Amino acid sequence: MNQGSSRPIRYYGKGIPYLHDEKVKGRLIVIEGPDASGRSTHIGMITSKLEAEGHAVLNTGLRRSELVSEGIMDAKREHMLGRRTMSLFYAADFADQLENKIMPALRAGYIVLADRYIYTLMARDEVRSMSKRWSHQLFGFAIVPDLVFYLDVEPEELVHRVFQKNTFLDYYESGADLGLSDDMYESFMIYQRMIAKQFRSMQKRYNLTIINGNRAIPEVNADLQKRIDHFLGSIQH
Amino acid sequence: MKDKFAPKGKLVIVEGVDGSGKSTQIRLLEKWLRYIGMPVFFTEWNSSEQVKEIISKGKRKNLLTPTTFSLLHATDFAARYERNVFPLLRAGYIVLADRYIYTAFARDVVRGCSPDWVRHVYGFAIKPDIAFYFRVPVEVSFDRIVKNRPKLKYYEAGMDLNLSNDPYESYRIFQGRIVEQYESMVRPEGFTVVDGTVDIEEQQRSVRQKMLEVLPQALRKKISVGALDQ
Repeated sequence: MNQGSSRPIRYYGKGIPYLHDEKVKGRLIVIEGPDASGRSTHIGMITSKLEAEGHAVLNTGLRRSELVSEGIMDAKREHMLGRRTMSLFYAADFADQLENKIMPALRAGYIVLADRYIYTLMARDEVRSMSKRWSHQLFGFAIVPDLVFYLDVEPEELVHRVFQKNTFLDYYESGADLGLSDDMYESFMIYQRMIAKQFRSMQKRYNLTIINGNRAIPEVNADLQKRIDHFLGSIQH
Repeated sequence: MKDKFAPKGKLVIVEGVDGSGKSTQIRLLEKWLRYIGMPVFFTEWNSSEQVKEIISKGKRKNLLTPTTFSLLHATDFAARYERNVFPLLRAGYIVLADRYIYTAFARDVVRGCSPDWVRHVYGFAIKPDIAFYFRVPVEVSFDRIVKNRPKLKYYEAGMDLNLSNDPYESYRIFQGRIVEQYESMVRPEGFTVVDGTVDIEEQQRSVRQKMLEVLPQALRKKISVGALDQ
C-alpha cells in the first residue's frame, strides 16, 4: 500500500546535518505511556492488523539498541551513574536506533511503530531537574513522528496493573532515585503523577494525542486503530 | 550556578591533536603539583569504566554514526564529570583533564554534527580556569604518531568520513580539519596557546608559569617552577 510519496525528513531541531537531502517514504507512529499502560499489547495488535492490510511494519523502542542497551541495564542495576550521564546514555541509545533502524525502515517505506520515543526521556529529565531547554535541544536530531499517542492511565489503576504483572514496583518507574518517599507505594504514586504532568505539558508543543488508557484493552485499541486508519486514509489522497 | 555551587578548586585542561605533546605536558604538570603538595585529580577523555567498553565495541564493529559517537563521548564525559570532576572541584581540588569539551567541539563538528548542537549537549560543563592548546603543524604531529604506530585505527584515521581510502592520507586530512576547528576556538574560548614544537622543558616552563597564576597567592611566592628555573 501507498503511504504517500517520498518527502524530506522533518526534525525537531537542527536535525542531522551530514545526511543531506534525505527522503523518506514510510511513516512513524509512536505510543507513549508508563509501564503497564498496555503499550506493548497495543503495538502487537496494531502491528498484526497493519501487516494483515499489507503494510511492512517495524517495531522499535527505547533501550533496544544492540550497542548501548546492555550498558544501560548494568548501570541501572548498580545505580552508579549520575542523572546527566543516564540521560545522555539513553540519548545515545536512541540515536543509534534512529539512524541504524528507524531511518532505513522509513526510507524503505515501512510503518515504524515505536514503543516510547524522546518524550519519555524528556519527561524523566525534567522531573530530575534538568532544564527543558537542554533536553529539547539535545533531541534536536529526532525525527518528528506522524502520530504520537500517550496512554494516560491514573496512577491508582496503573499500580493495580503493575501488581498483576509483578509483585514489586520497579525502582526507576517509582522514581526511587529521587527520594520522594520512603514508602515505595507512595513514591510510585507521586512519581507517576509527576511524569503524567510532564506529558500533559508537552501535549501542545509536540502534538501528542492523549488517549484515556483507563479503559479496557480492546476499547483503547479500537480507539487507537480508528485514529491510525483515519491518518493512513487521509494521506493516500 | 554562581555562588552556592561555585567550585573552590581549579580546572586546568589540555587540548590539541594526537601527537601534539599535550599528554606529556599535563603529566609533568601533575607531577609538579603533587610534589608541591597540591590536591590533584587527573582525568582523561574516553576513560569512564561503564562507557569506554561500549564505545570500543561500537568502534570494532564500525557501526557508530556521528551522532551516536558524539553522544557516547558525551556520556563518558558526563560520567566522569558528575562522579569526579565537579565534586572534586567543589572540594577544592586541582582537576587536570587531558582533553575536555573542546575535543568534542572539534571532532564531532568535523564528523558533521551541528556546532550549535554539540555545544549545547555539553552546556552543563563549566569553563576551565586554564585551557592549554598545544599548537603544532599537522606534519609534525603526523610524523610523531605515524612513527610510533604500525597501523592506524579506523576511527582514529577518520576513515568513517570517506576522505581517502588510504588510512594515512585520511588521517592527515582529518587531523588538518581538527586543527582548523581548534584554531577557530583559540580566541572565543580563550585558549592559552603553547608552541608544541619547542623543547619539552621549555613548554613545561611556560605551562607552570601560567599555572602559578591560578594558585593561591600565598603559595606563589614560596614555590618555584622547579628545576626549570633559569
